[in-house]
Amino acid sequence: MHELNKNADRDWLKQRIMTASLCILIIFVLLFLRLVYLQLIKGEEFRRLSETNSVRLKSIKQSRGLIYDRNNHLLVDNRPAFDLVVVLEDAEPLADTISLLSSLIHEPYADLMDNIRKAGNAAFYKPITLKKDISRDQLAIVESHKFDLPGIHIEIEPTRYYIYPKMASHLLGYLGEINKRELETGTFPHVKSGDSIGRYGVEKSFESFLQGRRGGRQVEVDVNGRVMKVLKTVEPVSGNDLHLTLDLSLQQVAEDLLKDQDGAVVAIDPSNGDVLAMASSPSFDQNDFIGGISSKKWRLLMDNPGKPMTNKAIQAEYPPASTYKIVTAIAAMEEKAIDAHTTFFCPGYYVFGSRRYHCWSKYGHGKLSVEAALAQSCDVFFYQAGEKIGVDALAQYAGGCGLGRSTGIALDHERNGLIPTAAWKRKRFQESWQAGETLSISIGQGFNLVTPLQMAVLTAAIGNGGTLYRPRIVKHITDSKGDVVKQIDPDITGGIPAGQETLAHVRKGLLDVVHGDRGTARSVRIKGVEIAGKTGTAQVFSRKTGEKFDNENLIRTLQDHAWFICYAPADNPVIAISVIIEHGEHGSTAAAPVAAAMVKNYLNLSGSHTTPPPKTAGEG
Amino acid sequence: MFDRRLIEHFDWGFFVLILAIGSCGLVILYSALSAGWQGTGLHYLFQKQMFWMGAGLVVIIGILVIDFRNLDKLNLFIYVTCVGLLVSIYFFGQSGGGSRRWLSLGFASIQPSELMKISLIISLASLYADTVSPEGLNFRNLLKPAVLCMIPVALIVNQPDLGTGLLLLLIAGSITLFVKVEKKVVLTLGGLLVLIVPVVWLTGLKEYQKERILTFLDPDRDPLGTGYHIIQSKIAIGSGMITGKGFLEGTQNALSFLPEQHTDFILSVLAEEWGLAGCTVLLVLYFVLLLWGLNIAYNCRNMFGSILAFGITSMIFWQIFINIGMVMGLMPVVGVPLPLVSYGGSSVITNMVGFGILLNISMRKFSST
Repeated sequence: MHELNKNADRDWLKQRIMTASLCILIIFVLLFLRLVYLQLIKGEEFRRLSETNSVRLKSIKQSRGLIYDRNNHLLVDNRPAFDLVVVLEDAEPLADTISLLSSLIHEPYADLMDNIRKAGNAAFYKPITLKKDISRDQLAIVESHKFDLPGIHIEIEPTRYYIYPKMASHLLGYLGEINKRELETGTFPHVKSGDSIGRYGVEKSFESFLQGRRGGRQVEVDVNGRVMKVLKTVEPVSGNDLHLTLDLSLQQVAEDLLKDQDGAVVAIDPSNGDVLAMASSPSFDQNDFIGGISSKKWRLLMDNPGKPMTNKAIQAEYPPASTYKIVTAIAAMEEKAIDAHTTFFCPGYYVFGSRRYHCWSKYGHGKLSVEAALAQSCDVFFYQAGEKIGVDALAQYAGGCGLGRSTGIALDHERNGLIPTAAWKRKRFQESWQAGETLSISIGQGFNLVTPLQMAVLTAAIGNGGTLYRPRIVKHITDSKGDVVKQIDPDITGGIPAGQETLAHVRKGLLDVVHGDRGTARSVRIKGVEIAGKTGTAQVFSRKTGEKFDNENLIRTLQDHAWFICYAPADNPVIAISVIIEHGEHGSTAAAPVAAAMVKNYLNLSGSHTTPPPKTAGEG
Repeated sequence: MFDRRLIEHFDWGFFVLILAIGSCGLVILYSALSAGWQGTGLHYLFQKQMFWMGAGLVVIIGILVIDFRNLDKLNLFIYVTCVGLLVSIYFFGQSGGGSRRWLSLGFASIQPSELMKISLIISLASLYADTVSPEGLNFRNLLKPAVLCMIPVALIVNQPDLGTGLLLLLIAGSITLFVKVEKKVVLTLGGLLVLIVPVVWLTGLKEYQKERILTFLDPDRDPLGTGYHIIQSKIAIGSGMITGKGFLEGTQNALSFLPEQHTDFILSVLAEEWGLAGCTVLLVLYFVLLLWGLNIAYNCRNMFGSILAFGITSMIFWQIFINIGMVMGLMPVVGVPLPLVSYGGSSVITNMVGFGILLNISMRKFSST
C-alpha cells in the first residue's frame, strides 16, 4: 500500500489540499454574495412581494379541437363559459363574503361552501371553482358587486358546445371531468384536476388530438387579488380539429325518422367504408354533460328502458333474421350445395325429423330458385339450403362476411355479435348441436347475433363487389392553421368469400326484393333510382312450433324487431344502409321507409313512391 | 481487535459539528413541515427523519469498528454489489415520480444510486492510490476509472435520475483532478469537449430535446413550472432580509408556495424565517465541515485514506453547492438534497456513512500497518 511518509509526498498532498480549500472558499463566498444580493439588496422588494403573496400563476385554458362533418359543417364548437372562483387568501372574512354572494346569485350557501371544502388543503392563493358556467344574469350581478366581494373572480373558459343537441350524440360522444385515478395513471400529462376529457364517442377515441395544451400566466396581483402586471405568458395550444365522414343532412333525416322509436341506423359509403350516418334512438343531449350532469338527469337517462346511453349501432346485438339469408345463399352456392337453378318447393312448411318448420307465408311460395327465394324471403328454401351445408360451414362464411367480429371502427364498446358453431355450443351449454338448430340459424334466428354496423358493412360489401372496409368516421385531422396533421385512409379488412357469379345472383335477388313483382319491400320503390335490399323480422322471444300469435296485439316489448338493409343505386351503389327498429314488427313497413328516405336525401331525389304502397303481408 | 487507544483518537470536534448541523436541520424541517399540518403531535415525516438521524448515528458507530483500509481490499466487491443493485431495479424496482429508483426491502425502500456514490468513491480511491504519480495521470491511467464511472452513471441516468448521475460525474471528476492529471490530457479532453458539444447540438438533437436542455439550464423558459418555483423560492429567501421573519412565521412557507419545501427547497424556509443571519450560520458550519474533511485527508498517512477522505468531502461539497445554488436561482433545478437538512432517509444514511468513513480515517491517521 502506498504510504505517505516521505516529505516530497507530504508537500504534494499539501499543495493539492490547499487548492481544494481555495476552491471551496471561492464557491462559498459566491453563495454568500448571492444571499446578500437576494436578502439585502433586493430584500425590500421580495418582502413586499411576499406580504401580498403577489406573484401567482393564472391558467389559460386551451380550446378543444372542433368537429366538422364531411361537408365542413361545424358540429361541435366551443363557447365561452363564465366560472365563478374564489381565492381564499383574498376572500377574508370568508363566511361573510360567501353568504353575500349566495344571496346575490341565489345559490345555496351550503353548496358554495361545499365546493370550497372539497378543494381540501389546496393552497390559499389558488382559485377554487365555486360554480361553473353561471348565467349572464348572475354574471352581471357579480360584476356590479365586485368591490363587496373580495377574492371572488370570474374566469372565462372555453367550454364545449354541441350545436345540434341530441344529434349523433352516440358517435360524437361527450366529455366528463377527469377523476383522481385517471390523473394518477399519468396517461394525461397535460390535464389538470377539474379539466374534462372525452368519455364516449369520437370525443374519447380522438382525445389526444382534440385535447390541446393549457397555457398560463405569471402575474403580480394587488391585495384584492386583482392582476396588476403580467410577468410572463405561455400561450395555450388549441386542440386539433376532426373532419368526420358524417353527412349532417343525412344524419338529421335518419334521426327524424327514428324519432319516437327505439333502434339504430347506419349508412356507409360502399366505395371506402365512410360512415355517412350513424344514429341510435333514443338519444341524449351532450350539452347536459358539460360541467357534470345533474344526478336527476342522469337518473332519467339510466331509467329509460330505451337505453339512451347505448350506441345501438355498435353496442346492441340483434338476431339478423332474414337479412342473414344473404349469408346462407352465398354459403350454399359457394359450397356447391345449390346453384342458381336449383329449386325447392315451399308448401308453407318444411318437415324435419318429427317437426314442422314453418315458412312466414302459411300458404307457401311454391317452387322457387335462390334469387326468388331471396326476393320473397322464403324460409323453406333456406331451411333446405342450410341443412345441406351444415352449421360449421355456414359459420365460416358468416365470419368471412365480417360477422362475429369487430368491424374495427374507432369507437369504444363495439360488440362482436355471435356466430354459433357446434364447438361453441358444446363449450357454452355442454350440449351437442341439434340438426334442427341449423335450420333456425339458416334464416337468422336462433343463436345468431349481429350489430347494425356489421350488417351495414356487409351490405356495402355486397354492393361494391365483395370488399369489406373498416368503417371510417374521421377522414383527417387538422391543426388550428388548417394543415393536415393526420390523414386516415380507407382500410380493407377482408373480402366476402364468394365469386362474382355468386354475388351477381345475390344482387339480383336483393334487387327483386324491392323491384321484383313479389318482393317483400316493393313499398319503398322511389323514382329515379333502383334500390337493392333485404327485409328482416327478428323474433324477440321464441314461439313454440306452430303456435300462432296475433302479433299486432302483443304488448310492445314482445313485438318483433324490424330490419332493413339496402344499397343504392343497385348497379353502382354510393350508399349502403342498415336499419333496425326495435319492436317495429315488419322490416318492410317499419324499417324500409327510413332507408328509402335516406337514399332519397343522399341522392338528392325529390320524387315520391312510384307505386302506391301495396299492403305487404307477413314477413318483411 | 478493537484498539482502546482508538477511542482516545476519536475526532470529537468533527462529530459535534455533524450533530450541530443535524440539529439545525431538524429545526428547519420542523418549520417546513408545520405548514398546513393539522395532526396532533409531531408531523410523521419529522418523526421519520428523527428515526433516520438516529439510525445514521448507529451506522457511524458500526463503520468506526472496521478499519477503513479494509475498504480498499473490499472495493471491487462493494462496487459489483452496488451495480448489481442498480441493475436489479430494472426488474424489481418501484416507480415514483416518473422514474424507477427504489428497491423495496420490505420494511424500507433503498435507493441504490445513493449507495453507489460511496462505492464509486471507494473504488476510485483504491485505483488512484496505486497509479498516482507526481507527473499526473496519463490517458492509459484514466481508462479504467472512466469505465468504472460510466457504468453506474449510465444506469442511473437511465432511471431517469439526471441529478444523481451528474453528481456522480462531478465527484469522480473532482477526485481525478485532485490526484492530478497530465496537463496535455486535460487540454486534449477539454478541447474535444468544446468541439463535440456544438456538433451534437446542431446535428444530434431533436427540437424538443434541445428545448428540454435549455429549460434545464434556464428555468425562466418554463414560467409555469420550475421557473415559477424558482421565483417563489427567491421571493421566500429575499423576504427573509437580515434577521428573518421568525421561527414558524414564514408566509411563503405557510402558504405552501413551493412543492418541495421539506426536501430540495428547504433552504428557502431557513432563509425566510432566519434571514441572512441564519443562512450565514449554516454556511459557516458547512464551510468548517468541508475544511475539516480536507484536513482529515491531509493528515492521513495513507494514500488510499487521503483520496477517500477527499472524495467523501467532495461529495458533501457538491450537494451543498448544487442545492443552495439551485434554490437561489444560480443552478439548474436538479433533485439534490441539502446534506443533514433536507428530509429523506436515503440521503441521511448516505451522508452518515460518509461521515462515518471520515471519522474512521481521522481516528486511524497515526496507525500505519
